[in-house]
Amino acid sequence: MGEIIVVTSGKGGVGKTTTSASLACGFAKRGKKTVVVDFDIGLRNLDLIMGCERRVVYDFVNVINGDCTLKQALIKDKRFDNLCVLAASQTKDKDALTQEGVAKVIDELKAEFDIVLADSPAGIERGAYLAMYFADRAVVVVNPEVSSVRDSDRVLGIMASKSRRAEQGQGPIKEHLLLTRYSPERVEKGDMMSVADVEEILGVKVIGVVPESPDVLSASNSGVPVILDEQADAGLAYADAVARLLGEERPMRFTEPKKKGFFQRMFGG
Amino acid sequence: MGLLDLFRSRPKNTAKMAKERLLIIVAQERSAQSAPDYLPLLKRELLEVIRKYVNVDPDAVHVDVQREGDQEVLELSVTLPEGK
Repeated sequence: MGEIIVVTSGKGGVGKTTTSASLACGFAKRGKKTVVVDFDIGLRNLDLIMGCERRVVYDFVNVINGDCTLKQALIKDKRFDNLCVLAASQTKDKDALTQEGVAKVIDELKAEFDIVLADSPAGIERGAYLAMYFADRAVVVVNPEVSSVRDSDRVLGIMASKSRRAEQGQGPIKEHLLLTRYSPERVEKGDMMSVADVEEILGVKVIGVVPESPDVLSASNSGVPVILDEQADAGLAYADAVARLLGEERPMRFTEPKKKGFFQRMFGG
Repeated sequence: MGLLDLFRSRPKNTAKMAKERLLIIVAQERSAQSAPDYLPLLKRELLEVIRKYVNVDPDAVHVDVQREGDQEVLELSVTLPEGK
């Protein structure tokens, strides 16, 4: 039986889909049979970040409605043959995701794959709620910024109060934080909350810290998840997070300011 | 800090302000989340009863549920208007 990991945040634009895509490739690269599912019904985007947007034929809602089989809807990744993507539907019907429908698809995926990654939409409405409800573990993506931290706390509260695991007596969802858009230089200046600050406020441990980096935009521009860019700090940070999610110990990187040269120190920048 | 930074005046340590504000609001919202669903209705009905006898302000009634060990305590406080 596979494990269901939800990538969520409450607030939009913090890097959920970027994170889902990178974690999915990371798990696949580590030999785990992985599927990543886009729960953002109406606003499909994971396919673009994964670079498979032109190969979407059927989607999540098609499977629920029985328009196709699950196998027909799964898009095989071109880079890893143990990685699949299930795209979100672009329907405007808010009720397209039903709890029973999602349960059926999720359980079928769980039987087939080692890791089922659920890419949650922003907000706390049905798509987000269902992505969280079935999860065994949660990666809460958070920016070191007030509204993102507050929304993360709301999401953690929702997961603690209602989940299938808890209802089946398997204990609560295991929670992790993943800090993105982190700038150690700004933390040092006192302009940005630190890893320790965010951990203290939310009472949850950080599983990875991804530095603010232009490589993330380049990666989504080209449809190649940033984890596959081995020159990029952000990619290496995601690879560390994957290793930690698999139970390995890895020291945190990219949390200290980079050493500056003489001229940079004199003139800033 | 570079030389040029010395000429800029900027607010100091806003990260600390962010953390302090979040610690307060998060604690407040967590306790509101864990409160029972009947609390708002209970508060409204209590207010109606009290108003039959004393003309109090809606903000003068505070209803709070606190957890002390494994017991829950319903705390009710009403501020009566002065000099009446």
